Amino acid sequence: MNNWDWSAVADFMPRFWDGLLLTLQVLVLGSLLSFTLGLVWAIGFRAPTRFVRWPVNVITEFIRNTPLLVQLFFFFFVLPEWGVQFSGLTTGTIAIGLHYSTYTAQVYRAGIDAVPPGQWEAATALSLPAGRTWMAVILPQAIRRIVPALGNYVISMLKDTPLLAGISVLEMLQQSRLESAATFQYTEPLTVVGIAFILIAYPASLLMRALERRLVR
Amino acid sequence: MSADISTPEIPDPKATDPAGELIRFDNVTKRFGKNTVLDDLCFSVRPGKHVTLIGPSGSGKTTILRLLMTLVKPDEGVITINGDRLFPADSKHVREVRKNIGMVFQQFNLFPNMNVLRNVTEAPVKVLGLSKDEAEERGRELLDLVGLGDRCGAKPTQLSGGQQQRVAIARALAMRPKILLLDEVTSALDPELVAGVLDVLRDIARTTDITMVCVTHEMNFARDISDDVLMFDAGKVIESGPPEKIFSEPEHERTREFLGAVL
Amino acid sequence: MTAGLWTHWVLPGIWITVQLTLYSAALATAVAFAVGTARTHSSRFVRFLAGLYTEIFRGTSALVLMFWLFFVMPSLFGWALVPMWAAVLALGLSYGAYGAEVVRGALNSVAPAQREAGIALNFSPWQRMRLILLPQAVPEMIPPFSNLLIELLKGTALVSLLGVADVSFAAYLVRLATQDSARIYSVTLVIYFVLAFVLARGMRALERRTKVGIGITATPGGAR
Repeated sequence: MNNWDWSAVADFMPRFWDGLLLTLQVLVLGSLLSFTLGLVWAIGFRAPTRFVRWPVNVITEFIRNTPLLVQLFFFFFVLPEWGVQFSGLTTGTIAIGLHYSTYTAQVYRAGIDAVPPGQWEAATALSLPAGRTWMAVILPQAIRRIVPALGNYVISMLKDTPLLAGISVLEMLQQSRLESAATFQYTEPLTVVGIAFILIAYPASLLMRALERRLVR
Repeated sequence: MSADISTPEIPDPKATDPAGELIRFDNVTKRFGKNTVLDDLCFSVRPGKHVTLIGPSGSGKTTILRLLMTLVKPDEGVITINGDRLFPADSKHVREVRKNIGMVFQQFNLFPNMNVLRNVTEAPVKVLGLSKDEAEERGRELLDLVGLGDRCGAKPTQLSGGQQQRVAIARALAMRPKILLLDEVTSALDPELVAGVLDVLRDIARTTDITMVCVTHEMNFARDISDDVLMFDAGKVIESGPPEKIFSEPEHERTREFLGAVL
Repeated sequence: MTAGLWTHWVLPGIWITVQLTLYSAALATAVAFAVGTARTHSSRFVRFLAGLYTEIFRGTSALVLMFWLFFVMPSLFGWALVPMWAAVLALGLSYGAYGAEVVRGALNSVAPAQREAGIALNFSPWQRMRLILLPQAVPEMIPPFSNLLIELLKGTALVSLLGVADVSFAAYLVRLATQDSARIYSVTLVIYFVLAFVLARGMRALERRTKVGIGITATPGGAR
């Protein structure tokens, strides 16, 4: 480790904090988007007509089975051709939220499927309207399984935010590349960023495991 | 030796001669959490003898077999097989001592990824170093002995419980053990399949000199094959002796209660 | 898109993507089995090391690791990797950590009595693992491995950021040449989707074959 230079670490820190802030911003907005959109897909899976179910299945399978990076480029280059001008940050947040919504949709689906069929029948027997059935009966029971699984996907999403460097979003990885380009110091900025990911992801995954133990029995 | 009268040895003068003992428990204690399953237990078994452990469930009988098979470790005390300690410091030696012991389980525990013949031949080939041909020849003989010579190619899941248990007996015998441990081998079987398995075991008891330690709820079987019966209660041997004595004129109140309930 | 761009960039790019997937999957499988079995080892120290590996590499972003192996390793340790191998190493090490959890879970799902039967026949710990536990655990691993393999295929796209000429990189070049982003990126996404579909089908077939080996018939729709 004779090539390690602590002053290079110190020089990088201002950029690092900026990058971390942007990473967390993408993460929060992307998560919210994926949670909402995923719920839309999940309701689509259960739609009464296959003219809804079928396209929803195809779209989500396609998005889930193709790389986020290529999807990022698709939106980054194609949207302007269609006359939609978004910043890289907006494009990136939408793409990551859309990509992960296909995972959260599966989480919702599994959570809803785990509610015993008798619960639906009971709701029908009480002639509860559909909205009440969902809000008062199904979701409160499904949520125990859903919350920890969603949390795990937020952690996965965090680890995918560096992909946004590919479309020049100034998250942590891109900040380290800019630092390296300016100072020709590659080692320190990248190492700091790598350790930062572990330091955030590990406690977060411990938290999710604890949550899982408490909620899922 | 322990002076505790509630843990007597088998009343045979030869038993005090260490050279004449194959299995020996000296002051063995085993706890699971706060629960003491075996309490300062002493007993011994001489070669070729068939010993049956009886007693209410939870009295520690199965734990004795699991200790002998090295599936659990004692908390205190010493277990020796033919004078060799069963739990020495280095694990290589454990396998050396364990070579003498075979076990048949309540739930058969056949390997589902192997067919019947391979269940019987795998350990002789891989552990004893027999050639494949040699092991298969002996495997077929043993499967004939338990009445399953025609099912060599079947998978365990295709057999009935009784058939699986007979394969498990053949599998244990294939390792040429000096000691065979039988852990409630008929408890998981449908009633009509029990007799077939017990017949095989009676046969083995009569025709071989294998030492058997047996936990069972089949009292008639115990009476047939046993040289000695040990009555357990709360982790201790409360009474022991030949089956005629234990079953006909038990001394201990708990033994009478127990036999009254199961016979 | 002209035929020249197709044969010069896209087709070789697909081949590179396939190669990357296979090499990384091979490395990830080796890591998964080594680390996953180590997590069931009797020695606490071995279990700790294996657990440490899993936590570190599951906590790492694959792209950051890839950049680190490519840019930092040379200056820190004095040996440089070509981008292709930096990529294989990064993908193999991180997906190996996920795979290790799958291996551990599948090994733990084998009935404990099977291990005891192995002890009763005096098999060594390694023989028990190889002859009894792994053959029963492997069919359990295949559906989650199938999911990881698809994630790995998607992960190979990251190498284009190191300049490896995979199908994503080819798409980038074709876009520069034709200025028609919508078409080339749509085609690229479809290529990945087809590859993922083929891999998933292959894994389903493998699952059926291994389950027959232990006398279980595969449940329809078993792959999640």
